Amino acid sequence: MNLDVLAGCMTTAACAVTQVSTGLIVGMLLFLVASGLSLIFGVLGVVNFAHGVFYMLGAYFAFVTYEQTGSFLLALLAGASGAGLAGIVFERFFMSRVYGQDLLMQLLVCYAAILICDDLVKIIFGADYKLMGMPESFATAPVELAGGFIPGYYIFMLAMALGVGAALWLGINRTRLGKIIRALAINPQMVGALGINTRLLYAGVFGLGCLLAGLAGALAAPVRTLTPGMGLSVLIESFIVTVIGGMGSIPGALIAAILIGLTRAFGAIGFPLFVDGLMFALMGLVLILRPSGLLGAKVS
Amino acid sequence: MRQGLIRDLTLGLLGLALLLVLPAVFPHPSLRDFLIYVIAYGLLAMSLNLLVGLTGLVSFGHAAYFATGAYIFGLLMQSGSVSIPLAMLAALAGTALLALVIGAICVRLKEIYFSFITLAFQMFIHSIILTWVDLTGGDQGLRGGIPRPPFLGIDLGQPGTLYIFCAVVFVLCLLLMRQVWQSPFGYTLRMIRDNPTRASFLGVNVVRMKLGVFVLAGTMASMAGIIMALFVSGAFPEFGFWTTSGEAIFMIMLGGTQVFLGPVIGAFLLQLLNHYVTIYTHHHGLVLGILILAIVLGLRRGVADYVADWISERRRAAAPLGREEGAETAPPTPPAARKMVG
Repeated sequence: MNLDVLAGCMTTAACAVTQVSTGLIVGMLLFLVASGLSLIFGVLGVVNFAHGVFYMLGAYFAFVTYEQTGSFLLALLAGASGAGLAGIVFERFFMSRVYGQDLLMQLLVCYAAILICDDLVKIIFGADYKLMGMPESFATAPVELAGGFIPGYYIFMLAMALGVGAALWLGINRTRLGKIIRALAINPQMVGALGINTRLLYAGVFGLGCLLAGLAGALAAPVRTLTPGMGLSVLIESFIVTVIGGMGSIPGALIAAILIGLTRAFGAIGFPLFVDGLMFALMGLVLILRPSGLLGAKVS
Repeated sequence: MRQGLIRDLTLGLLGLALLLVLPAVFPHPSLRDFLIYVIAYGLLAMSLNLLVGLTGLVSFGHAAYFATGAYIFGLLMQSGSVSIPLAMLAALAGTALLALVIGAICVRLKEIYFSFITLAFQMFIHSIILTWVDLTGGDQGLRGGIPRPPFLGIDLGQPGTLYIFCAVVFVLCLLLMRQVWQSPFGYTLRMIRDNPTRASFLGVNVVRMKLGVFVLAGTMASMAGIIMALFVSGAFPEFGFWTTSGEAIFMIMLGGTQVFLGPVIGAFLLQLLNHYVTIYTHHHGLVLGILILAIVLGLRRGVADYVADWISERRRAAAPLGREEGAETAPPTPPAARKMVG
C-alpha cells in the first residue's frame, strides 16, 4: 500500500488530471457495456451472461476492418454493427428459446455461447495477442490541462460514449419507439395485443444492447490488447457497474461506471494489488446499504 | 427416517465397494486417475446441487470454494508443520468462513442477481490467487508438490492408498449430503425454492436457511478441492476460474437436478466426454459448447431428468386404460415450469 503516493497524486494537479482521465476512459467503456446489459435486462428480463462476447467481437471486427481499409470510422461502424447483428442472431436462434425457462437453461446457453465464440475467435484470428495501434488521425500531441496530459483519443472516447449514452436516454424516454419499448418491459402481452410485433422488438433491443457492447469493444481496440476471452473481465466489471447503479437504469450505470473507473485509476496508485478488492468492497457496501443499487427500482 | 438411514448406509457401502473393486478388477492406472477426477468433480457438482437443485439458488461461482480448499490445504501442507487431517480440517473451516462472509452478502439477492454476484466473487478470489504471487505462485500455481506425510499408519504417497482414501472421503461426504437432503432442513430448503414467501410466512428465517446451505455447499466443494490438490499434488488458478463453475453447472444439467446422485452421473459423463474430445481436437470449448446448446435447446432439460420423464411417459402409455386416471400421479413437471424469470 502506498498511501503517501496516493495522497501525493491527489494533491498534485498534473497527476490527478492524468488519473481522472484514465479513470473516465475505463468508466466510459464500462458504461457502454453495462448500459447494453442493463437495457437487455430491463426490457427482456434476462441477463446476457454472454455480453462480454459481443465486446470481444466488436474489438476484433474493428481490428480487421481497420487493417483492411485503414479507416477508423469504418472500423468503429463495423465493430458496432457487426456485434449488433451477431446479437440479433444469438437472440433469435438461441436466447429466445429459453425465455421464461429455468435460469439454469439461460445460463447454460450463454456459457455455451462464450465457449463457442472464444474458440471461433481463436480459430479465425489466432490465439496470440493483437495490437491495433492508435489511428493516425489521433496521433496528435496530447492536450495539456493543469500540467497533466490527456491524449486526444481519450477526449474522443469520452465524447462518443457520453453522446451515445445521451442518445440512448433520449431515445428511450422521449420518442414513440422508446415509449413502446418501455411498455414492452412492463406488459408484453398488451403491447402484442395492440398489434406491435414484439418478437421483432425483442430482437431489436437485444441487438441494440449488443451493439453498445460492440461499440465499446471497437473504441477500446486502439488502447487495449485483443485476446480471445478478453470479454470476461469487462463482463464482470460491467456486472458490478449494473449492480451498483441499479439494474435497468441507464443514468445509474453512468454514475456507477465513473465511480468504478475512478476507483480503478486511483486504486492502482494507492493499492496496486487490491484494485479488484476495492471494486468488490464498493459493491458490497452498496448492496448492504441499497440492495437495489443507487438508482435502481426496488427489487420485488 | 431410521429405515431410510439404514438403506442409505447400505447403498453407501455398496457404492464404496464398487469404487474399490473397479480398479482391482481392471488394474490400469489411468482408470484410477479417471475415477479420482470423477470423485473430485462429482463431489463439486453434488455440493453445487445442494444450492441449485435443492434450494433453487443458481450459483455461478461455486469453484471459488473448490479453489480455496485446494489452496489452503496445499499451503498448510507445504509449510510442513501440520498433518494431513489437521490441514484438511483447517481448509474446510477456512472455506466455511469464506463462504459465510460471501454468502451473507449473496443470499439476500434473488435469482439472476444471486448468480452473477457469486460469479463476481469467484473472479475476485481468482484475481487474488493470480496477483498474490508470493503466497500462491500466481498463474504457475502452487508448485513443488504437496508433501503427503503418513498419518495413523496411512501413507497417501502410495497411489493405491490415496485412491482408497479419496473414495472413502467421497462416500462419507455423499452420506452426509444425503442426510441433509432428507432432513427437515432439506425439506425447508425445498419449500424456500418453491415458494419463499410462503416459507417466510410460516416463520422460516429464509436468509438464515439459505446462508446455512450456502456454507455447507461451500465446505463440501472445498473437500472436493482438497481431494483434487492431494491427487495432482498442487493447486492451480484454473481451479477457481469461471469455466470450472460452468462445468460444474453443466454436470448438474447432464445428470439432472432432481435425482440425488444425478450430478455424479453428470460428472462421469463430462469426464468421459472430455477424455475423448481432447484426444481428437484442441478446440475443446467449441465441441462442448455445441453439445450444451444441443442438449439445452433440444431436450430442454437435464439428460437424466429427460430420461426419467421418458420412462414415466412410457409407463403411463403401457398402463391399462381404466386404471390410468386414479393410479397415476400427475406427470412430473420439469424444473423449468417452476421458476419464471422476468
